Amino acid sequence: MKKGTIKQILLITDGCSNQGEDPSSVSALAHQHGITVNVIGVLEDEQSEQPEGLEEVEDIAKAGGGVSRIVYAKALSQTVQMVTRQAMTQTLQGVVNQELQQILGSEKSMEDLPPEKRGEVMEVVEDLGETSNLEVLVLVDTSASMAHKLPTVKESLEDLSLSLNARTGNNRFAIYSFPGKKQPVHEIMPWTNELSNIASVFPRLTSGGITPTGPALKDVMYRFQSTPKLEGWGSTDETIYEETGY
Amino acid sequence: MRPSTKKLVTNLSPGTKIKGKWHQQTYQIVKLLGSGTIGSVYLALHNQSYVALKISDQPSAITTEVNVLKAFKKVQGSRLGPSLLDVDDWIITKDQSYSFYVMEYLRGYELNTFIKRKGYEWLGILIVQLLSDLRELHDQGWVFGDLKPENVIVTDAPPRLRLIDVGGTTKQGRAVKEYTEFYDRGYWGLGTRKADPAYDLFAVAMVMIQVFYPNRFDKGPNPYRTLTYKIKQSPILRRYAGCLEKALLGKYTSSSEMSQDLSKIILKRQQSSSQNTKTRSQPRRNNSTVKRQQRKQKHYQWEESLGIAMVTALFTIFYFVIHML
Repeated sequence: MKKGTIKQILLITDGCSNQGEDPSSVSALAHQHGITVNVIGVLEDEQSEQPEGLEEVEDIAKAGGGVSRIVYAKALSQTVQMVTRQAMTQTLQGVVNQELQQILGSEKSMEDLPPEKRGEVMEVVEDLGETSNLEVLVLVDTSASMAHKLPTVKESLEDLSLSLNARTGNNRFAIYSFPGKKQPVHEIMPWTNELSNIASVFPRLTSGGITPTGPALKDVMYRFQSTPKLEGWGSTDETIYEETGY
Repeated sequence: MRPSTKKLVTNLSPGTKIKGKWHQQTYQIVKLLGSGTIGSVYLALHNQSYVALKISDQPSAITTEVNVLKAFKKVQGSRLGPSLLDVDDWIITKDQSYSFYVMEYLRGYELNTFIKRKGYEWLGILIVQLLSDLRELHDQGWVFGDLKPENVIVTDAPPRLRLIDVGGTTKQGRAVKEYTEFYDRGYWGLGTRKADPAYDLFAVAMVMIQVFYPNRFDKGPNPYRTLTYKIKQSPILRRYAGCLEKALLGKYTSSSEMSQDLSKIILKRQQSSSQNTKTRSQPRRNNSTVKRQQRKQKHYQWEESLGIAMVTALFTIFYFVIHML
């Protein structure tokens, strides 16, 4: 099997979008383009109940074939790396499932195999996860309510790069924030291999109350580096992903 | 926190019956033993005996862990980790299905509870046992990864520390699969997250440290200095300082090196205590030596050690005051 590049958008937000198109529909579009959309909803430390606005977090990720989590700011570091890894496994499993279908000639996925036979398939998935190249575009919501969470976001991104750079495969990261001044998004960090020492570029200023999540997602979709799409990556068949349990 | 639809696996009520799709075995939930990022472990009944059942909504993660448990089984008896009994899927409805595996249930104490009950002299011995298991694991090309007190258990008669959760176990040279910040050298800025034996040894040192700081602590602006300070603050940890610092800095390349250093420290203490017994049977010894050695013996009770530490601290302060004058 060919080694490919996995493309992910990681959206970090704390509230519901209130401007522009429906982010879920944009997310579905990104998925069609072979990009997985993961979403992390950040809670206030004193929030005990899941607030209404965060419901869309799951919807966006689902539409984008990705993983979603809602966490307190202090648990962000571990969540960011876990979500990224899990989504990667999920994408690769989708690819491997497709190969399985070609071999077995029917609607088979890993879960249709008896547990004894899944082991070897999973080993292939793990090998791919270790060696595949990964492009993560981080999209950070910098609307007013996120302001005091940004130092934690910064830390968790440095931590993400530490985790991913322990892999054999190559990594590229880029960071965008939204809303931008005149455009939907603002480039914080162009594509780079490592996210250590990002303190200097991380924004201290934040803008007002609007959260145009949809337009922002749509904008960053086109900011990935590797344009040549690999066959098999980013399936258009949603059912594969549903069967992995999300 | 996860969306409500997925909470079921962490919230199975006692009495729930889980029937496997493939092997048709039934397990009755007794109680929750613990929950992690991947899933939950339950105590369950199967044919009137207790088993541990790990269940998750991520079939891929369950398969990965089963792979590790099987790899252990191939090489050794049942010593590394619990033995694997069954792997299956639990189908509730068409859209709601979970994967699980079943292991032998190891009954035992939590590490910290055991040490508190039986005495701090057990710490070194249990850690030497842990290091010998890790050596075997490393020799087989693995790294345990998520080493922390929650993932080990002390079985009794004879006391033996055992690894119980292989969720973080990773092939050497790869990125560590699962970790917990406090025990992760990457978090402390003291190394990468690439799986090598030294990664586990760092965590071993942290496990020893947390025995004396069960509430853990923050890394502070200079993480390594924080750690060495915390080691020095504890009279018992201080004895292991040389060994702990080498492990924290990744200077041990194998667990046998660390084990040797640790054994030397433990042996030294045992020798000094056996010397004490001798002095008692030789009353003709010079008085002051006896006193000094008796005092040494009391080191083993940490309350006394704390007292000595305080006296030393006072003395140091006194010393400084004299100097300043």
